[in-house]
Amino acid sequence: MEIFGVSLPGLLSQLLLGLVNGSFYAILSLGLAVIFGLLNVINFAHGALFMTGALITWMAMNYLGLGYWWMLLLAPLVVGVFGVVIERLLLRWIYKLDHLYGLLLTLGLTLLIEGVFRSIYGVSGLGYDTPELLEGATNLGFMILPNYRAWVVVASVVVCLATWYVIEKTKLGAYLRAGTENPRLVEAFGINVPVMVTLTYAFGAALAAFAGVLAAPVYQVTPLMGQNLIIVVFAVVVIGGMGSIMGSILTGLGLGVIEGFTKVFYPEASSTVVFVIMVIVLLIRPAGLFGKEK
Amino acid sequence: MKNQLKVLALMLGAAGLATSAAHAQDKVKIGFITDMSSLYADVEGKNGALAIQMAIDDFGGKVLGMPIELMSADHQNKADIAASKAREWIDTQGLTMIFGGTNSGTALATAKVASEKKRVYINNGAASSALTNEQCSPYTVHYAYDTVALAKGTGSAIVDTGGKSWYFLTADYAFGHALEADTTTVVKAKGGNVVGAVRHPLNASDFSSFLLQAQNSKAQILGLANAGGDTINAIKAAKEFGIGKTMKLAGLLIFISDVHSLGLRNTEGLQFTTSWYWDLNDETRKFSARFFEKTKRMPTEIQAADYSATMNYLKAVEAAKSIDADKVMTTWRGMKMNDFFGSGQLRADGRYVHDMYLMEVKKPSESTKPWDYYKLVKKLPGDTVFTTKAESKCPLWK
Repeated sequence: MEIFGVSLPGLLSQLLLGLVNGSFYAILSLGLAVIFGLLNVINFAHGALFMTGALITWMAMNYLGLGYWWMLLLAPLVVGVFGVVIERLLLRWIYKLDHLYGLLLTLGLTLLIEGVFRSIYGVSGLGYDTPELLEGATNLGFMILPNYRAWVVVASVVVCLATWYVIEKTKLGAYLRAGTENPRLVEAFGINVPVMVTLTYAFGAALAAFAGVLAAPVYQVTPLMGQNLIIVVFAVVVIGGMGSIMGSILTGLGLGVIEGFTKVFYPEASSTVVFVIMVIVLLIRPAGLFGKEK
Repeated sequence: MKNQLKVLALMLGAAGLATSAAHAQDKVKIGFITDMSSLYADVEGKNGALAIQMAIDDFGGKVLGMPIELMSADHQNKADIAASKAREWIDTQGLTMIFGGTNSGTALATAKVASEKKRVYINNGAASSALTNEQCSPYTVHYAYDTVALAKGTGSAIVDTGGKSWYFLTADYAFGHALEADTTTVVKAKGGNVVGAVRHPLNASDFSSFLLQAQNSKAQILGLANAGGDTINAIKAAKEFGIGKTMKLAGLLIFISDVHSLGLRNTEGLQFTTSWYWDLNDETRKFSARFFEKTKRMPTEIQAADYSATMNYLKAVEAAKSIDADKVMTTWRGMKMNDFFGSGQLRADGRYVHDMYLMEVKKPSESTKPWDYYKLVKKLPGDTVFTTKAESKCPLWK
């Protein structure tokens, strides 16, 4: 059976691959949306934090012999601490200013981090092997899916849903959301808002690092790996609606699938289709698909 | 008072211009524009600049009594940046000649600027054969390799061993198209056929869906018409998806930095054509040891070519007793070149004709020392592997 000249198994396999990419988009845009929604900072350093997560995973394997499963926990922690440092030292001073300053500051950070690693490790990439437990592939009939990629989808969806639950359905999440709407009032209730804000940025950074650990066996670990993803992730967040958590998750997965289809029917456009959609969405619904007009 | 200030300012400005114009003749300025920070940075990049500087230092730092200065810039794989940087250097810095690097799109753009402004343009990193064919110029020197040599070398070898049906994974820009087209010509001429091709954006990070399409085509050979970071990511993904079980991978442009990054486990058995390898003979090893001391990496063919081309260019300048591009090019075409990189001559179309080598990546068990990655399959004589006169559309070579 053929649809527009592509066989059904071919189409299904692309859909599955699109879901895998979409999971990366979902986790990264979730971190970005959390940071923007709760801190009002456009965190351009997200791609660099993602790359740092992947790079420390590689470094831990190479210099310390620590395996993948340890790094799933450790890398987000380490990068989270790094995020705390960034927030305390740099971001704290620009909250009251225009969004653009946050963008420029984090862009500068990105160039710094990427430049340092690039001068040490070059750009060809460092190999990272798939963890033994997840090696091999399953024959699904219409395609052979590497087990690791299936794990990526599962892990991302679990983490995304857990984050959404914490922010939207728990008391802690309520404090966070209240804290950004009206920090003075929340502080008056005795809640330490600056600490909450710092921890939120750290959490966003940790999410990016988690995606980095997931990505290490899939892509070559190179200092440039954040660059390509970050631009697409920004588009995803804009389409989903800046500040909408569920919006960024669903949009991330959805756009991964759409990109997958584009790769089949018109591969040359696969790197631009997300932006075309972004333009269309912005024209029709400026606040994004799931966003609320502020 | 105001008038006097204006006159003073004008005089100072004129003096400044006069001195800078005089400066332009006092130094030989070599401009090096390549990809310093993106997917091709490891195959040439800043170590290419280092290689050129090594050559300048070995030559003595001066030619025709003038000191030699090297300037370098990053074109970020954008043709407009490369062209405008070349133009800026020529117009305001008194640039003597341009060294071009990776990315065929930028190379073709820079070659146009060089031709318009009459400056010698040596290119080592770009592969598109158009540089010495449809877009040839009297000032372009295409030194190391090109898509025709890669196609004839690797393409023929693979078709000869039975790989008749091909599917291409092509980088969607000048280089990828040229490599796909030239290899298709070779495959068809030898009785093979091309089942299809998929074009991916330059610097794509995820090749899984393109590889799956390739697998569905049921072709025997997957031709990788891309380079650097793209090839590395494609090979890695191909391993993960078990593409090697149903198709054989043909790396049409492979550098030692790629193999170093992927490891022998992922690349063993890959056959490809190269213009140079560090472990060929004592001379190549001598240069490579010096390079390794400075960079802790073995030189790629492009970096070795950068050194060799700089040396030969300076020798040509000395022989021509001038830095004028026309005189240098005429003298250079008459010179026989012979060094650790290769031996041969420059053709009328700008092509440096020298031997190429068909290599195969060793198995991990066959590698005895660090960076010991290739074994020589066949030496390909220069006159069999580059564009022939009959095939050439260059008006300068008739």
